[in-house]
Amino acid sequence: MRTLADLVAERAPHTGMMLNMGPQHPSTHGVLRFIVCGDGEVMEQAIPVVGYLHRGIEKLAEMTPYGGFIPYTDRIDYLGSMFGNHAWCMAVEALAGIQVPRRAEYLRVIADELNRLASHLIAVGSMAMDIGAFTPFLHGIREREILNNLLESLCGSRLTFNYMRIGGVSRDLPPGFGANLDSFLSRFQPGFLDEFDRLIARNEILVKRCVHVATVSAARAMSLGFVGPNLRASAVDWDLRRDRPYSVYPELTFTVPIGRGFRGAVGDSYDRFVIRIEEMKQSVAILRQAMANLPEGPIQAEVPRRVRPPAGEVYSGVESARGELGLYMISDGTEKPSRAKIRTGSFSACAAIESLSRGCMVADLVVLIGSLDLLAPEIDR
Amino acid sequence: MTEAVHTALRGLFGDRISAPVTLGPSIHATFDPLITRELFTALRDREDLAFHHLSFVSGVDRGDAFEVVYGLDSYRRRDTLLLKARLDRQSPKIASIHDLYEGAGWHERETFDLFGIEFEGHPDLRRLLMPDDWEGFPLRKDYQEAASYHGIPTSRTARTDGRPA
Amino acid sequence: MDKEKLDAYLDPLSGTGYALLTRASRLFNLPRLHSLWYLLFSPACCGIELMQTGGVRTDLDRFGMVFRATPRQSDLMIVGGTVTYKMAERVQLLYRQMAEPRYVIAMGACANCGGLFDRSYAVLKGVDLVVPVDIYIPGCPPRPEALVEGMRRIQSLIKGEDWGRTVRRRRPLEIGEAR
Repeated sequence: MRTLADLVAERAPHTGMMLNMGPQHPSTHGVLRFIVCGDGEVMEQAIPVVGYLHRGIEKLAEMTPYGGFIPYTDRIDYLGSMFGNHAWCMAVEALAGIQVPRRAEYLRVIADELNRLASHLIAVGSMAMDIGAFTPFLHGIREREILNNLLESLCGSRLTFNYMRIGGVSRDLPPGFGANLDSFLSRFQPGFLDEFDRLIARNEILVKRCVHVATVSAARAMSLGFVGPNLRASAVDWDLRRDRPYSVYPELTFTVPIGRGFRGAVGDSYDRFVIRIEEMKQSVAILRQAMANLPEGPIQAEVPRRVRPPAGEVYSGVESARGELGLYMISDGTEKPSRAKIRTGSFSACAAIESLSRGCMVADLVVLIGSLDLLAPEIDR
Repeated sequence: MTEAVHTALRGLFGDRISAPVTLGPSIHATFDPLITRELFTALRDREDLAFHHLSFVSGVDRGDAFEVVYGLDSYRRRDTLLLKARLDRQSPKIASIHDLYEGAGWHERETFDLFGIEFEGHPDLRRLLMPDDWEGFPLRKDYQEAASYHGIPTSRTARTDGRPA
Repeated sequence: MDKEKLDAYLDPLSGTGYALLTRASRLFNLPRLHSLWYLLFSPACCGIELMQTGGVRTDLDRFGMVFRATPRQSDLMIVGGTVTYKMAERVQLLYRQMAEPRYVIAMGACANCGGLFDRSYAVLKGVDLVVPVDIYIPGCPPRPEALVEGMRRIQSLIKGEDWGRTVRRRRPLEIGEAR
C-alpha cells in the first residue's frame, strides 16, 4: 500500500526543502500536520497530513442507539456542538417521521445562533493570533465567556452541550435568560463588533497580510467542495438556512453576506475573515427575532425511549459555522443506525490546502489555514 | 432527484442508470460503475444538469457487496442528487473522478482508508485518517481490532505485558 | 521565631547584611511551582477549555503559568483531549523533549482512560499508556475551576519534593504507573 514515505521519497529530489509543521504547533486549529515543500520562502505545496484526531465516530454511530449518540455529535465539531446535535436529530426525525414542536424549533435556532457567535469569535480571534496579534484572541475569549454562561444556564455545559434530543430539546429557557441575552446582545453589537472592526479588521497590518492571499474563484470554490463562509467569500450565494431551509428559518429575516473583495480580491483570505464578522451581525439579528417570536408550547415531541426508525435513508444538513454539516444516515429498522456518514466543511477546506498553497509564502500558510477556519475533529471525525 | 434530471440521464446512458429508488425520505439512482467518468462529466458540464458541487463520496458495507455513494449539489438549479454504484466485495474497484471535481481526491482517499475500495486513476491513493501501517479497513462490518498497535495495548482492561489492570 | 529572638540572632551579623535560612527544597521548589510553563498541546475539546482557562476570567497567568509552543521550554505538559494511536508516539516524543523536572497532567476523560471513545478502534485508552501522568483531572471537558484545582495539586506535589542529597526530583514514574 502506498504510504506517506513513498510520497516524500518521490517529492524530495525535486524540492529544495521539506519542512514538517505539526502535529503539535502553536496554531489553535487542532492536531494538523503539514509538510511544507519549497525553497525556504515560497512554497511549492503544503501537504496536509490528517487523522491525528480520528476517533472513529462513524463506527461508533453503528454501535450506539440513536438517542444515545447525541453526546458524540457534540464532538464532531466541538466549537459548534449544537450544530452536530441539530444535524443528527434532524436526520433521525426525517427517517422516523417525527414532528418537532414549534417552541423546540425556536429554541434550536436560538441555541444554533448562539453557538455560531461563539464559534466565529474563536475563528476570527485565532486567525488574528496566528498572524501574530495575541489580544484579539483574548477579546474573543472574553465575549465567549459570557456566551458560555448563557449556554451553561440553558443546558448545563460550557462546551459540549448535549442539548437537543430526538424530537425536541432537553431543557426550556431558564428564568432571566431573555434579559441576560438581551443585555449581552445590546453590548455585543454594535459595541463590541464595531470596536473589533476598528481595531482589528481594519488594522493595516492584518489587512496587508490577508489580502490577495489564496484567492479562490467561485467556480473553483464549488469544484473544491467548499461550503459555508469559505464558499460565500468566493461570491457564491448559497446558505442552507435560506436555500434549503430547515427548522423555523423561513420565518426569520436575515441577509446572507457575500464576499465582494472588501479590500482585495473577491475570495481572498481577507474576504473569508470579514464574512465571519458580518455573519456574526446577522446572527445577532436572528437571535433578537427568535426571542421576540418565541411561541409557547411543549419542548419535545412524544418519542419512544428507543427510537426505531423504519428502514430508509436520508441526507440532511444544517448550516454550521464551518459550512454544511450533513448526515447521510441509513436505517435498517433497528435501534442503531446501519451507517452514518458525516460530511463536514473543514474536510473539503483542508483538502483544498494542497492546491491553494502553491505559490504562497510560508508566512501565508498560517493566514490560509486560519482563513479557512479548519478544525481537526471536523476533518478527522 | 427530479424527473427532469432522471430523464436527461436516462437519455444519455440508457439502462446503465437505474430508475429512481425511494428509501424513506431520500431518492437515489444506481449506476453502472463502468460509466463513472462519463456520468460525472455530463453531470458537471451539461447546462441542464450543472451539478458543480460534489458534496461527499462515501462507502457503505451492505454485507454481500460494497456501495459507493456520491452526493452532488447544483446551486444554480437548487437541486441535489444521490447516486450509488454497487461493487464486488472481493475486489471493489471504481474509476476516480479526482480531476472532474477537485474536492473528490480526499473523499476517495477516505473511502479507500476505511473500506478498502480502490479508485483507479487516483494519483495518490493512500490512507488518510488511519496510520500508514494500520492493518485492516475499520468501517467494514467484519473488521476485527488487533490486540496491540506498536506495543501499545488497545484495551485498558487487558494488559499485554502481564501486569494487572 | 519571634522578632526579639530573630534580632538577637541577627545582631552579630549586622554590618554584613541579613541572612536567610531555609531548606534547599523550599528554596528551589517555591520559585519552580510559581512559574510552571505548560506546553500548548491541545488535541481536542479539552484544549478549548484550556485556552478559555488561560483567558481573561480564570487567568492562568496569575499563577505564573504561561504557555510555550515548544516542549523544550516547558515544565508541564497538559494533555487536553483524545489521543489517537496515530498521535500516541508523537506525545511520547514531546514528553521526551521536555527537560527534567517535568510533569504531565491528563486533562479530561479521554486523556484519563479513553473517555466516551473507549469503544473506538482508533483511540488510545488513556495517555498514561504512553507517558507517565502525575495528575488526572476528570471532566468532559473539565471546568476551568477543575483545571485550576489540578494545577494547584501539581503545585503541592512540587512543594513536597525533596531535593535533599541528590538535587533531582523523585524517581520519574513508569509508563502506566499511578502515583
